[in-house]
Amino acid sequence: MEPLERYRPIIDDFEAFIAACERPLGTAVRVNTIAASVEHTLDVLEEEGVAYEQADWNPRVLRLETDSPGSTWTSFHGYTHGQEEVSAVPPVVLDPQPGERVWDCCAAPGGKATQLAALMDDRGTVVANDSNLGRLSALRFNAERLGATSLLVTKSDARNYSMKRLSFDEFDRALVDVPCSCEGTIRKNPDALDEWSEGYVDSVSGIQKGILRRAIQTTREGGTVVYSTCTFAPEENEAVVQHALEEEDCRVVDFEVGLEHDPGLTEWQDRAFDASLEDAIRIYPHQNDTGGFFVAKLEVTA
Amino acid sequence: MAGDGEAGDEQNIGQRFDRLPETPADRTVEGRVSREEVVDYFADRFGIPPETFDDYTFWEKGAGKIWIYAGEAPTPLEVESLGMTCLRTRQEHWKPTTDFVQRVGHHATGCVIDLEREQAERFADGEDQELEWDGDWGYLIAAHSLAGERAPLGIGLYVHGELRSMVPKGRQRDL
Repeated sequence: MEPLERYRPIIDDFEAFIAACERPLGTAVRVNTIAASVEHTLDVLEEEGVAYEQADWNPRVLRLETDSPGSTWTSFHGYTHGQEEVSAVPPVVLDPQPGERVWDCCAAPGGKATQLAALMDDRGTVVANDSNLGRLSALRFNAERLGATSLLVTKSDARNYSMKRLSFDEFDRALVDVPCSCEGTIRKNPDALDEWSEGYVDSVSGIQKGILRRAIQTTREGGTVVYSTCTFAPEENEAVVQHALEEEDCRVVDFEVGLEHDPGLTEWQDRAFDASLEDAIRIYPHQNDTGGFFVAKLEVTA
Repeated sequence: MAGDGEAGDEQNIGQRFDRLPETPADRTVEGRVSREEVVDYFADRFGIPPETFDDYTFWEKGAGKIWIYAGEAPTPLEVESLGMTCLRTRQEHWKPTTDFVQRVGHHATGCVIDLEREQAERFADGEDQELEWDGDWGYLIAAHSLAGERAPLGIGLYVHGELRSMVPKGRQRDL
């Protein structure tokens, strides 16, 4: 937990934060409304005697009381998909509509991409991209299992993504859920901090900046880009959004989400960030008994 | 472009998605099925109404692997995948995929075998089982009932009094 010590100045009740990070995470699933309604899924879980708790902020997110959520009829039929509760936040913030063109630029293993397709009633186009072949096979497996027919899967480095192969030249929305130092996944993966170093944070933030810039460039004026990470490092969060504000035509916009959270930072160590970064959110594990996440919503301007 | 109106003069290219021609008369690639044939097959074999597919396009990538897609895309197209695989053609008997019948099987009115709980569990685990069936032999949809609704489990092959589970290894579950 030592790398997390640097966040002591910015996190209220730091001891509760550390204690939460040391507790394992429960089992959460998302209802895949492409395959079944929430109501029917709950009926099946009840019939099967699987206890659940529905998340207050999102009726499609369930906490299951089972150690093997994959060995349920709801999983076999693709009604449910194992997905950490906070990882369901960015697609909800992006709010894609049926018929739109949406880019998920770092999409594997596909939990969020299939969630985007479900939010669009599987109508429209979700271009799900990833650069890693092994992770792409997991994305394809999940897309098929969940019955997403609106997904087009590509393998590219998102930083220099080419629109040429597509039948349109800009997206309505983009989800930029980038590779990161994953500090917020410590409850799920106790090894997450083993490889942590300031050097890694710096190098990955360069990649994140490139991906976010490309997503803004490929999104139409007035379109929406959501930037998210599962980490706490301001270098990978506010600093990346700040870079986009300086280099691309966009602004940070406010949004509502029914989970406890902190505002984005406007300063970190010796750096100041734009005041609008307060409209980003930081979700800490002790606030909702979940993993950690950072989410910022951007509007593309002229 | 090769193949303007000439039937049978283009080859299927393995790594590329090509949209299916509307009808057999529109065919330019040897051995490629048409959209009409695919939709008719689902209607004739399983009673799935053709209008179920009105908002979808069908594509071929790989020999006889047919994909169903709801989004926008140019043809031809080289990408990793497009929608989901739904059907295998270019073999003696066409074979739908398990994931596809889980997705659209609730529209089926024919060639559906309804299993009891224990039979459904064995099917999901990939087991073959002996059982009576007075319908057509061949590929059929195995289903069971969940909370009062028919839930398609996947594709089975029925021959000689035996239902063989076609659920792919990675999708099999011990329930």
